[in-house]
Amino acid sequence: MTFTRRLLLSAALIFATGPAFAETAVKIGVLNDRSGIYTDLSGEGSVIAARMAVEDFGAAAKGIKVEIISADHQNKPDIASSIARKWYDQDGVDLIVDVPTSSAAFAVSDITREKKKVFINSGAGSADLTGAKCSPNTIHWTYDTWALAKGTGGAMVAAGNKKWFFITADYAFGHSLEKDTAAVVKAAGGEVVGSVRHPFPGTDFSSYLLQAQSSGAQVIGLANAGGDTVNTIKQAAEFGITQAGQSLAGLLIFITDIHALGLKTAQGLVLTESFYWDLNDETRAWSARFAAQHGGKEPTMVHAGVYSGVLHYLKSVEATGGKDSAAVIASMKSMPTSDPLFGKGSVREDGRKIHDMYLFKVKAPAASKGPWDYYEKLATIPAAEAFRPIADGGCPLLK
Amino acid sequence: MTVANTETHPVTLPADLRISTPRHHVVIFAGLLGLLLVAPFVLYPVFLMKVLCFALFASALNLLLGYGGLLSFGHAAFFGSASYVAAHAAKVWGLTPELAILLGTGAGAVLGLGIGALAIRRQGIYFAMVTLAFAQMVFFFALQVPFTGGEDGIQAVPRGKLFGLVDLSNDLTLYFVVLLIVFGGLLLIYRIVHSPFGQVLKAIRDNEPRSVSLGYKVNRYKLAVFVMSATLAGLAGATKAIVFQLASLTDVYWTMSGEVVLMTLIGGMGTIFGPLVGAAVIVTMQNYFAGFGAWVTILQGIVFVVTVLLFREGIIGVIARWTKKAL
Repeated sequence: MTFTRRLLLSAALIFATGPAFAETAVKIGVLNDRSGIYTDLSGEGSVIAARMAVEDFGAAAKGIKVEIISADHQNKPDIASSIARKWYDQDGVDLIVDVPTSSAAFAVSDITREKKKVFINSGAGSADLTGAKCSPNTIHWTYDTWALAKGTGGAMVAAGNKKWFFITADYAFGHSLEKDTAAVVKAAGGEVVGSVRHPFPGTDFSSYLLQAQSSGAQVIGLANAGGDTVNTIKQAAEFGITQAGQSLAGLLIFITDIHALGLKTAQGLVLTESFYWDLNDETRAWSARFAAQHGGKEPTMVHAGVYSGVLHYLKSVEATGGKDSAAVIASMKSMPTSDPLFGKGSVREDGRKIHDMYLFKVKAPAASKGPWDYYEKLATIPAAEAFRPIADGGCPLLK
Repeated sequence: MTVANTETHPVTLPADLRISTPRHHVVIFAGLLGLLLVAPFVLYPVFLMKVLCFALFASALNLLLGYGGLLSFGHAAFFGSASYVAAHAAKVWGLTPELAILLGTGAGAVLGLGIGALAIRRQGIYFAMVTLAFAQMVFFFALQVPFTGGEDGIQAVPRGKLFGLVDLSNDLTLYFVVLLIVFGGLLLIYRIVHSPFGQVLKAIRDNEPRSVSLGYKVNRYKLAVFVMSATLAGLAGATKAIVFQLASLTDVYWTMSGEVVLMTLIGGMGTIFGPLVGAAVIVTMQNYFAGFGAWVTILQGIVFVVTVLLFREGIIGVIARWTKKAL
């Protein structure tokens, strides 16, 4: 009896307060590498970035209740797919963000499409996410391999470094990175004088570096990733390659890699990123807040992308007054993006987020003023040119 | 010497050599089936399907390791290639799931015949190393050839319709199909182990020179059990590809071979139900401890060390010793 009364009472209370707070509960899953080689560039930092987006948006005051959960996909597609499936089926997750490692990103993209949820990728590189394998439920936020190739390849050739040599990891990702970059280099009037493939993962790069050194190329393009890139750069430093006048171009490298390598080893490396903490006052202010929560480590572009993506998602949830995936995604694509980190931008119909990219050169130790002062900006690649034109991607959604 | 002279009188064999099915095995199988029929209504079906696939995989290895005495450190090769073939058949050729699984299983068998024919010529550690070497070759092959998609794997494999009729996109429907496949596989393994063939196998395991002297063609038995084991591992891999709609490098990597050995040892090598328990323990750990990230492998290591130090027969092995019944 008393129980029924209490039940009625609480029901009445809920109805009484209901209209005042049309509360939407949103659950965000941050899925990334929390134990392997991409921990530094994604990992816990992405959770912090997502949390900052929720705070900055003022979700609680706007009647949107946000819960953030996270998990480690160990860079394996099978683990990523089973976590994503479980999150959508059992835990009521509405949005998955981050997901570095392209193979894992494809797996999550497929499941998100099947379960009709939302996936904002910040960490993975493959341009196929908005190309041949595009999905109506996936938005690719921060960068892609096409943009990196375009940035580094195009800008280097424009600066007069026409002769290229590639050191390529011998598997699908390395081949496609080499192919994309070589196309950009040739289109810009450059020339590929040679390339060599190393087994994946590799440890000894000396013979490949010697070939590169004797090839007469001006630029050595590193079409590999993670530990392979780091090892190549370390060994290149031992051969004094950049000091001897050749440039090393990292095609997929992050500021955390530079931090791990140290300026002495990494100096002179040219790379493309979409975000750097020291770009302007707004990025500096945001990064200072981020670093305070992340043990003094500055954010990577992947962290920035998670922040920006979650912010834009929450804006769309507010605009549509609910979390219906189709409506939210439509709103995300129609509403221009705006945040302190990437400035103004937009989300294209194929799911590609558009913003400026930057070409950086790693400073020499003497030029660096302190910790994390690593990059010197060489060029800004305007948003309109930075990403692959929508017609060239071959995304089946557009037909 | 005439044939009549060699005829034997009926002899009562000791309990563990008798070929007839002990009653407690029937009870356990029935109980297990009952449990698995109810389980998807309580637990997450996709998780259960993962347990089932690995239970079959571990049982397949156990057939070779526990009853044939051959430690293969390359079983991921069969598991993984079968999952690639099944995924490719279902996705690119558009075959129905049962045909895709059948093709995958066939791939496991053919590969098993090839690798087995060479590997069984060596014993002990050399046998393990030869299988590992072949598995690494298969891994390299999977990494390089275009149809496997390199490190992306084959993704978005359609679950399709069983016999073109039953839609498998529903987790629960798929679960019962997987249960049927896995349970069928387990019963087959049980039948093999308790057949005269299985008896000879155990004899070879326990004393190979004596089996040779008794006139058995030992290598043929070894090859036969190797192929059977590879086929069943292939069945598990192909089923997994349909369940998770994914075939990836993880399935052919050497850690997968290690993991399945671990499952078999933890559950109880040379017991019928041990690999099932081992698979359930390891998959549950991976699933529920996923939040600990890298610690999962360390926890697995600790469990392994504890198992080896405290109960070397494995979980079911210890229970079998206590109850004095073959499990």
